Amino acid sequence: MTRFFVQRLGLALLVAVFVSLVSFLMLRAAGDPAIAIAGEGAAQADIENIRIQYGFDRPLVVQYADWLASALAGDLGRSTYFNATVAELLAERLPITLTLGLCALSFSIIVAVPLGVLAAVRPNSLLDRLALTIAVFGQALPNFWFALILIVLLSVQFPILPPSGNETWAHFVMPTIVLGYYSMPAIMRLTRTGMLQVLRADYIRTARAKGLDPLTVLFKHALRNAIIPVVSLSAVQFGYMLGGSVIIESIFALHGVGQLAWESISRADLPTVQAIVLVLAVLYVGLTLIGDLLNAWLDPRIRVA
Amino acid sequence: MKTTALVTALLASAALAAPALAGKADDTLNIAWSGELPTLDRYYNTLREGIPVARLIWDSLLFKDPATREYKPLLAKSYTVVDALTVDFDLREGITFHNGEPFDADDVVYTFTYAADPDNGVLTQRNVNWIDRVEKLGPYSVRLILKAPTPAMLEYLSGPLVIYPNEYYAEVGPEGMGRAPVGTGPYRVTEVEPGRSITFVKNDGYFEGSPKGQPSIGTIVQRTIPDQNTQLAELMSGRLDWIWKVSADMAERLARVPAVTVANEETMRVGYLMFDASNRTGNASPVNDVRVRRAISHAIDRQTIVDTLVRGASQVVHSACHPEQFGCAQDVTRYAYDPDKARALLAEAGYPDGFAIDFHAYRNRPYAEAMMGYLNAVGIRPNLVYLKYATLRDQVYAGQIDFTFMTWGSYSLHDVSAITSHFFKATKDDYARDDDVIGWLETGDTSVDPAERRDAYAQALQRIADQAYWLPLFTYNVNYAFTNDLTFTPTADEIPRFYLASWK
Repeated sequence: MTRFFVQRLGLALLVAVFVSLVSFLMLRAAGDPAIAIAGEGAAQADIENIRIQYGFDRPLVVQYADWLASALAGDLGRSTYFNATVAELLAERLPITLTLGLCALSFSIIVAVPLGVLAAVRPNSLLDRLALTIAVFGQALPNFWFALILIVLLSVQFPILPPSGNETWAHFVMPTIVLGYYSMPAIMRLTRTGMLQVLRADYIRTARAKGLDPLTVLFKHALRNAIIPVVSLSAVQFGYMLGGSVIIESIFALHGVGQLAWESISRADLPTVQAIVLVLAVLYVGLTLIGDLLNAWLDPRIRVA
Repeated sequence: MKTTALVTALLASAALAAPALAGKADDTLNIAWSGELPTLDRYYNTLREGIPVARLIWDSLLFKDPATREYKPLLAKSYTVVDALTVDFDLREGITFHNGEPFDADDVVYTFTYAADPDNGVLTQRNVNWIDRVEKLGPYSVRLILKAPTPAMLEYLSGPLVIYPNEYYAEVGPEGMGRAPVGTGPYRVTEVEPGRSITFVKNDGYFEGSPKGQPSIGTIVQRTIPDQNTQLAELMSGRLDWIWKVSADMAERLARVPAVTVANEETMRVGYLMFDASNRTGNASPVNDVRVRRAISHAIDRQTIVDTLVRGASQVVHSACHPEQFGCAQDVTRYAYDPDKARALLAEAGYPDGFAIDFHAYRNRPYAEAMMGYLNAVGIRPNLVYLKYATLRDQVYAGQIDFTFMTWGSYSLHDVSAITSHFFKATKDDYARDDDVIGWLETGDTSVDPAERRDAYAQALQRIADQAYWLPLFTYNVNYAFTNDLTFTPTADEIPRFYLASWK
């Protein structure tokens, strides 16, 4: 088990470093960071000055190696755009994004799993069709559009929720619905498929034949086995949500990591972008690991293997 | 694009019914814009919105009246131009900074000395690099010594060069000033949530007789809201009182909302097409030929683009500068919309069937596409290369661009030196490389005689127009939307003056 852990952690680190290298090169290919810092319409001399001041005149390899060495030592550097260290920025904004991601994932699971179960119990019924419709909508609806429709409805037409900011729980309601809705279809369909398979299994027939309460059969016997792939999927979906939060955070002005990523990319704030990529890559790999561990806990067969 | 337009329409129609609850009741002006201010320190921030924020917190030595463009003393009581390189200032007495520190000559000497020192890395060096040194003549008088005659000096002294409290700044530096700014201005900052919001409270002790006027509204809260539709929703639901940079189509719909006032004002920004006239790229591009450049100039109906797309207070420009700028001669060669003439010129240049060319742009894609339509009509086949600003500018600097659509805001400076000289004086931006033009601009930039400057610039601008080194397109404009309860007057320099705003 320890060996498994160490291997996965080493892999995580490698993935993170590789991702940071790729993002570093892509950002450089996208334009001169000195021009971005100087602002639109800056004079040539100002840009040259900034280039030297921030060390952008050094060879790319040196710049990357320099950053990597500091990052490995725990120093993520100073933002070239914001008046703060990257660590400060992340400490301030990561909790917001994680809160949003967790809320959205919970919302998604709470709605999608029961819907998936019900759809499996009565396949091809009206309920199944309804669940399918919801899934198709969720897959097809662009999330920024859905977000704006919600704002029109719940902030302007019936002003019950604030459209932007992150001061109270109410600010998180609409972003949670939008972000959560996006991953509902996948979770629901997977639950439904898993349940359909499990419900045909012999042990379920046995359980029913013993005269067990149908709900116990459904949720204790069937769901526990059907949900295993959903757990792995949820971990991956959580990772997607952190990425998807870029748009949602911008629309609802949540000021989390997603919005920070957007702002720092457009300002060519390289240290911040690189740190965000690194943190998200580590999180993503970590989540996959957690998904595997949860699976092992749910399914003793995996544990033994 | 279409879905966004639909949402906008929905928002506007919903707002027709919704009552607006403005901040008038609690005397708080709620404003929002898209970009996050990286820092509040004026000298380390290049975001446009940093300017209106700085005008609230700090004062400069001089003040430019937005209506008359007259320079008036602000923190200075008076000033004397001793010679082309020396200016003396007498300072006002009895003014204090928000933290109680008294304002005197030491603050001016400290601020200018600090900003002019290249080691301190002030981001916009052109604001300060003309300062040689500052001397204290007395407790309330200073002497400013210039490196070279600087015609735009008064612009800098009345704009970006705000005065810092020397003791406070020496103690906290740019980082502290960026989070807890202290100035003499009409508003003091009580809270900064970096990137998210800034709270300003009226400075009750703001000095009598300031040409800026006295602040009226008690509290101003600025929030960063990146998405324009969300800003609009906030305005509609009464949680915001003021937004700006509203797109033209949205502004039109908003104008029908009873609780909202929409105002439009021209800005100093000018759009232009740049041609590689001197074959800097080495591509032997068709636009090396003046007849082709003139053909393109005749091919594009700029007036129709202004009327249908740019709209607002924008106007077509003919000279390579903003018509309001000092020295921007208007009696230059003009290119009327005339596709037949364009085709004839193309044929004469050896392109009877037109040609294909890469057409670069970084903003206002619809404008670029409209221009491409006009070019297509005369046989030119432009291939749109749409890039990020930093990327395109990189390529322009490297001498790789034949034909591009760009814009320039002149830092809101009312002087031709901020645009024409920037682009045509053998700089990295200069694709004309015309020695005569360079000479005339040099004369204009260094002379202190206004008539001589005007003459020199006029010659340069006429040559630029005649040779069609640029096709100047149109001026830009900004839409402001705010609650009806608010009295707010936009100005042509694109600097919202919140300290003059008041409730009706």
